[in-house]
Amino acid sequence: MKTDFLQISNGEAIGREKIPHLSFDNFYRNALSIIRVGGKVVHYFAFSDKGKIKLMAVLRKDTLKVASCDAPDVYPSMTSQCEPFHMFEREIAEQYAIRPEGHPWLKMVRYHANFLNRQDVFGNDYTRDIPGNFDYYAVEGQEVHEVAVGPVHAGVIEPGHFRFNCIGERVLNLEIQLGYQHRGVEKMLPGVAPKRLPVIVEGIAGDTAVGYGLCMSQAVEALSSLQADPGAQIIRTIALELERIANHVGDLGALSGDVAFLPPANYFGRMRGDFLNMTLLICGNRFGKGLVRPGGTRFALTEEIRKALNERISELTPQVKHVINLLLTNSSVQSRFDDCGAVTKADAEKLGLVGPAGRACGLPYDVRRCFPTGHYGQLNIPENAKPTGDVHARATVRGEEILQSLEIITTLLSAPVKTRSIENRKLSLAPSSFVVTLNEAWRGELSHCILTDADGAILRYKVKDPSFHNWNGLSMALRDTEISDFPLNNKSFNLSYCGVDL
Amino acid sequence: MFNILKNRLDQGYRTTGYPNEKINLPSSYRGRPRINRHAPAEVIAECAAACPQDAIDISGKLIDMGRCVFCGTCEHISKGEFISFTQDFEISVSEKKHLLTDGGLPALAEHSKQHFKKLFGRSLQLRQVSAGGCNACEADLNVLATPFFDLARFGINFVASPRHADGIVVTGPVSKNMKTALLKTFEATASPKVVIAVGSCALTGGPFRGSPEIAEGLDSILPVDLFIPGCPPHPLTNLHALLTFFK
Ligand code: SF4
Ligand code: SF4
Repeated sequence: MKTDFLQISNGEAIGREKIPHLSFDNFYRNALSIIRVGGKVVHYFAFSDKGKIKLMAVLRKDTLKVASCDAPDVYPSMTSQCEPFHMFEREIAEQYAIRPEGHPWLKMVRYHANFLNRQDVFGNDYTRDIPGNFDYYAVEGQEVHEVAVGPVHAGVIEPGHFRFNCIGERVLNLEIQLGYQHRGVEKMLPGVAPKRLPVIVEGIAGDTAVGYGLCMSQAVEALSSLQADPGAQIIRTIALELERIANHVGDLGALSGDVAFLPPANYFGRMRGDFLNMTLLICGNRFGKGLVRPGGTRFALTEEIRKALNERISELTPQVKHVINLLLTNSSVQSRFDDCGAVTKADAEKLGLVGPAGRACGLPYDVRRCFPTGHYGQLNIPENAKPTGDVHARATVRGEEILQSLEIITTLLSAPVKTRSIENRKLSLAPSSFVVTLNEAWRGELSHCILTDADGAILRYKVKDPSFHNWNGLSMALRDTEISDFPLNNKSFNLSYCGVDL
Repeated sequence: MFNILKNRLDQGYRTTGYPNEKINLPSSYRGRPRINRHAPAEVIAECAAACPQDAIDISGKLIDMGRCVFCGTCEHISKGEFISFTQDFEISVSEKKHLLTDGGLPALAEHSKQHFKKLFGRSLQLRQVSAGGCNACEADLNVLATPFFDLARFGINFVASPRHADGIVVTGPVSKNMKTALLKTFEATASPKVVIAVGSCALTGGPFRGSPEIAEGLDSILPVDLFIPGCPPHPLTNLHALLTFFK
């Protein structure tokens, strides 16, 4: 297909002058035509450069493509023609006060003043507390009732607001409003002392600390011509897969608890800890914080640790297999998981679902296979798509991915891993450059962009958590589902609040 | 059914004997810092300059465990000459000033408020509020309910409503957008009540220090009774703090 967008590679820095700077109309037409034939939005964001606001989009189909344009103050919304832009246009409106005219649900994403002190698109006064000046989607009718949940939820979990419109037990619509965890990360990152960058980035979503560390490190490496040696790439891969296993195992346990099948809930709960403790063994932190840094890893894998990991993995693998089997073959579990909260493939395509949530709906996309970096190019990541899109599919995909990841780790641990541990170092980033990095974190496509200015300082740091795509998938799953099945669906997605709130 | 029984045997008994039995964490874990006050001035200065959290006080030769994220950078670059980390996970304090330490910490049991022990020693119900954190602190509180730690055997539980709670456990740097919800939860908790701050974020703003969207320390908003350092604190650090402070 012919397009004015430029083809780029995952984790490859390019001079910003190489990025096609199109007229808005041309940008708009090209972006829509790529998405209409099955392309997806990886990034669509605004940034300000020498007093001018610009828009940039990174799209993917078989390849990654980028282009930019000058931002008009008001522009015709792409969302009205093409759903995957929905959240991105809202984010741009909130961060840079650019109004997408005709957006079907133009509402703030996180509730904060825009970055440039321009007139607010939403008419909010941010000295006033949440809730701001906005409505929730309401269904009207005599029998319709609303249920409001959060921001503080019943469990030990993150805050967010869920607004259900129901008729009896049946959910007609669920609107999810986040923003409560907003820490101002994207506004903070360009000005911050370089030594703080990794710690802040790993603190965006701690359950994905390795994924975040990896996206940041690969971006900085590309901009400073640093390279992680093959040993460090292997340690990174082991850590990312351990992160995936720990989270999937924990969530399968939570799912089991939600259908009152307590044995797997307890076993998975304990085993999740065993996997976190393996990460602790490697780097001293159960979530892998402090492990991945530009240029490699801060901790090498000694033979002693490799042996210990090997022993633990071979002890745990059969246990994990047995408990997954126990959960997924139990008939009372099946009767709760089957057909619960199904999302069709067509809807998943429109919403742009990624990761296990997308694969459960039949979208096989996996960054590890489609745009591999580091050691992933040498691995064989199988396609893993399921047709049904329900809780059962999401649980099955996760169960299978646990076993695949165990296999990957077992292979990588079979030979000594040589690398030298590195410490934070002084970095000089290439001036006027751009890089995008993508990794398959446990929830799906995680991606960071860095733009530098003429002095090599960070001009814009853009973060996109996979949950930014997937929260609307949860809303869709709840349509026509019983409200009592909300917890089950919620856990089968287990999306990030803080990763979206930034 | 057979499958269930077989799995049960497979899994065995997993609950820790802590606090009656000692637990040794692996040497990679970084707990209470040990400080060499005789380290050369240039080494100390180098550590302070490299510390991502600006947690090192050069003149006092102290480390601020409220800011520290236990990344180990200082230990690495000083090769342990100035700061090294022990595997001691019992690092919580009841007064913020004790977070600034030369490696020594006052015994938590002696500093805990005696009326709390009387009130909550047998039963302590806590409401957790996540206020802008990264979800790792929350996760490592949540695991206290798993069989290995089994918090409930001590009469301590996390409950769904502040109305049922004796206190709140706060994680995160208290984002502006969560402040009202946090204060309302605090108000809804029956007095007398305790406030526990968990993690570098809740102690000092953590990695997000300096952002106008957060508070730099829960104690600037609410009276805090117990400070639990870490990013996130190890579950055993949380467990030790709860048991020592209230039991
Ligand atoms: S371990 Fe703590 S004091 Fe040392 S460098 Fe890291 S944050 Fe700073
Ligand atoms: S202290 Fe660290 S682990 Fe805890 S919420 Fe803050 S960033 Fe996350």
